[in-house]
Amino acid sequence: MVGESRISIWFFIGSILLIYGIIIFAAGIYQLFNPSFGAGVELHQFHSSLWWGALLIIIGLIYLIKFNPRKVK
Amino acid sequence: MISQIIPCLTWLLAASTSLVSLSWIDSLIIAIYFLFVLGIGYYLLRYTKTGDDFFLAGRKMTAWIAGLSFVAANLGSLELMGWAASAYQYGILATHWYWIGAIPAMLFLAIVMMPFYYISKTHSVPGYLKLRFGESSSMLAAVTFGFMTVLMSGINMYAMALVMKVVLGWDIHFSIWVSSITVMVYVVLGGLLSAIFNEVLQFMLIWLGALLVPILGLIEAGGWGGMVAKIHQNFPGGDYTHLWSTLGSFKDNPMGINWVGIVFGLGAIISFGYWTTDFLVVQRLLSAKDLRSAKMAPIIGAGFKMFVPFIVILPGLLGLAVMPHLVSEQQAVATGGQSYNEVLPLMLARYLSPGLLGLGITALIAGFMSGMAGNVSAFATVWTYDIYKPIHNKFKHTEVADSHYVRIGRWTTILGVIVSIGTAYLVQQFASIMDYVQALFSFFIAPLFGTVVLGMLWKRTTAAGGFWGLLAGILSSVGMYIIVKVNPAMLKVFALSSDAKDMAENMYRALWSWLICVGVTVIVSYLTKPKTEAELNGLVRGCTELPSEGHLPLIKRPIFWAGVVLAVFIILNIIFW
Repeated sequence: MVGESRISIWFFIGSILLIYGIIIFAAGIYQLFNPSFGAGVELHQFHSSLWWGALLIIIGLIYLIKFNPRKVK
Repeated sequence: MISQIIPCLTWLLAASTSLVSLSWIDSLIIAIYFLFVLGIGYYLLRYTKTGDDFFLAGRKMTAWIAGLSFVAANLGSLELMGWAASAYQYGILATHWYWIGAIPAMLFLAIVMMPFYYISKTHSVPGYLKLRFGESSSMLAAVTFGFMTVLMSGINMYAMALVMKVVLGWDIHFSIWVSSITVMVYVVLGGLLSAIFNEVLQFMLIWLGALLVPILGLIEAGGWGGMVAKIHQNFPGGDYTHLWSTLGSFKDNPMGINWVGIVFGLGAIISFGYWTTDFLVVQRLLSAKDLRSAKMAPIIGAGFKMFVPFIVILPGLLGLAVMPHLVSEQQAVATGGQSYNEVLPLMLARYLSPGLLGLGITALIAGFMSGMAGNVSAFATVWTYDIYKPIHNKFKHTEVADSHYVRIGRWTTILGVIVSIGTAYLVQQFASIMDYVQALFSFFIAPLFGTVVLGMLWKRTTAAGGFWGLLAGILSSVGMYIIVKVNPAMLKVFALSSDAKDMAENMYRALWSWLICVGVTVIVSYLTKPKTEAELNGLVRGCTELPSEGHLPLIKRPIFWAGVVLAVFIILNIIFW
């Protein structure tokens, strides 16, 4: 993106979003089977960890694939 | 803009218990963030060899990267927390600082001023003043900017440590040292390149960490209509959801300001001064790979800036609907209740379960670090190129290798962080220093805009005119500030009404100091000899041949996208009138 052999910033962003997505999605799964986990927050019945984690995974994967250093080269 | 932070800090100083407790998942997410920013700095070390690499990121940034970095450098966490609190206190009026207080200035920078910053190949705003007006104006701007920037960095650092103490219960010393050393390491390693990469990462995390709050808040409140109805129910008689209709007079709104102050003080002077001449933000644009990218970057930044109220102002408004019990900091301290200054972390804690809360807190930390890295990298550039280099050349009379300046830049970064840490501890001892530093910073912004804009647009402006106009503007601003401090009754003279409040005073002081700067510059310029047009080539409109964009398709022209952003800006203002 910004130099011939340099890894794009979007690849780094994709990596961290994927990692965060996996962790948050896993927390959402755990919450699904253990309703007391995170029950103190409002609207916990919407399981926001689950779909927000999934969204982060999707965005992360898109960036990782689109800005994969091997593909960009 | 920064003045909103002070009330927030006042309350933080008095707070004693933490608002949220983190699970191990949240801590893991925060730890991963620190590893990533350090890893990026280490990775970019190999790409930071020359002065251009270290101070201007090699001038290879795309419009998107420069644009996101441009807006991220301004998106500090105290800004987020401060304006969310203001939205709770003043309602949607706080949005003016994101719309009329930013968008027109950013578009003006892109279309009118950026060509001269970029074509002149300056490395900084004081560097442009040196090319246009000579050493004295440049040195005045560089010394004041460098001094203020490093002090502001320290204040932000201390403020961040306080927020972490209140929100998470973290030790103040731990927060100060961990965050500042992290920023220092990645800026020393990768210079502006590293700062920009991390700012773009931080920008994404701020959005993805904070976006869930307004989404879930709107679901709970029953959409926008439900939120407005709840606010009216909770606060009958108050108007919190109209942007312009309450600005007819000072008395009609809680900010104590009228539309003249907002349009001319904020929209025309303070915002233009900040967004077009504050090197902290302009430096990001100078890193663009070509002129079109440099022009597109602030337009992209403006597009995103326009929607920041969604993650900052809307949570404050939602707080009015779903948490109507929040009070001012004095009442909170007296009664042991919760202050509206903590509305953003309270909203995070209200909606975000373990994991998501870690992401939200990471967004706050990312905001702090992007602001701090912006300060430090801008300070290193101005110190090295605009203060050290001229003095070094004057006494040594020899040119030194580029690598020498890179080394000085790295040492200056370390020095800047150490001074910032010192300032943070100084502020801890003498909290009133914050008020004075904020005021000092505001003294320079408006006059500097007057000097730069005249220098760029009026070829008759002379070196003496530029210098004396800048000095007169700064001194008049200082003078007005002292006069009102000594005799508060004078406020009605400067702000045109005895009903004016602090916010209005800042707006009108900026307006007068800008007018004085422009007036003195014009008078002195007419009395002194101007440079020839050949000498002004590349620096001034009318003396510079700008590259034509006529061959580009409409969709690739910056002016087209500036028009699109302007149209959306106007529509949003009409919708929320």
